[in-house]
Amino acid sequence: MHVPDGFIDAPTSLAAGAVAVMGVGLCLRGARRELNERTAPLAGLVAAFVFAAQMLNFPVASGTSGHLLGGVLAAILVGPFTGALAVTTVLLVQALLFADGGLTALGVNIVTMAFVTVAFGYPFFRLLAWAMPRRRDLLPVAAAVAALVSVPVASLVFVGFYSVGGTVDLSVSSVAAAMVGVHLFIGIGEAVITGLTVASVITVRPDLVYGARGLLPRAQLELRIPTPSTAASGGQP
Amino acid sequence: MNPGSRSRRDIGVLMGFLVAALLLAGVVSYYASGDPDGLNKVAIDKQFASSEQPHDLDDSPLAGYATTGVDDERFSGGLAGVIGVAVTLVVAGGVALLIRRREPQETRPGATSGPSA
Repeated sequence: MHVPDGFIDAPTSLAAGAVAVMGVGLCLRGARRELNERTAPLAGLVAAFVFAAQMLNFPVASGTSGHLLGGVLAAILVGPFTGALAVTTVLLVQALLFADGGLTALGVNIVTMAFVTVAFGYPFFRLLAWAMPRRRDLLPVAAAVAALVSVPVASLVFVGFYSVGGTVDLSVSSVAAAMVGVHLFIGIGEAVITGLTVASVITVRPDLVYGARGLLPRAQLELRIPTPSTAASGGQP
Repeated sequence: MNPGSRSRRDIGVLMGFLVAALLLAGVVSYYASGDPDGLNKVAIDKQFASSEQPHDLDDSPLAGYATTGVDDERFSGGLAGVIGVAVTLVVAGGVALLIRRREPQETRPGATSGPSA
């Protein structure tokens, strides 16, 4: 869904760029609370994994391809603010190093693919997971459903940008219908990759999955080796 | 430094992501579909694809996920993918390490900041 230069006019691109800068500032503050000694390396690797997965365009209907966006996946694994930063990093590397995604469209791309997928998909995942029975094997299902829906939602936000600043005058409803239609199919791929990846990590290390916090029976998440910080804060009366 | 057994056990998951990323970007990416993606397909169908402007960095050494100077298509794309994985890892991991919460035992004795209250 990488928007190239020229699709969206300059004022709209600039406004999106301003939103992206403010959003990154917000994420840098929020991510501080999500990251510690142990999760920081995971954040880097999740970003690298999303970059790699985004190279893999899979075929969808009628001569069209799609690839992972990764916002929901990254948010579930390392937290929403860190996840949005991870996808933002991927988009910056793609635009600056690989000429993938326009430089003037960076703001639009960051807002749609990094912010919208996370801001919509992560709360949706938590809601689904909260409503489901608290079972470890159901969390990947909630992750997959949230991932699926996040893709057409992101495509609708692109249509929103297009309706404001599209350089070609078009019927917004026909573009919206076409975008949501094809991105529902791409969302299936997003769901499969997200579900399988979350399942793989949650099987071996449920405690490393940020989005699983507070959703699994305590025994599975209990710290077996108390760290000095927990001993200091929780141990003293 | 605290060589806790927990951080040691994390290495399995971390290595899993690293190996998967390198394999996907370095090897599997060669088999990715070359068809237009969802947005490009809609742009073609709805006839706004022609409004696309060339990318300012189209002449850069890794533009289009191909490594300039490497003739073999498979190796050129794979190398570009591996470089992308490495750069993304360093940038995202570096930012994460810079902004992370410091554990109490990590703060230097002379440091003024810290959650000592």
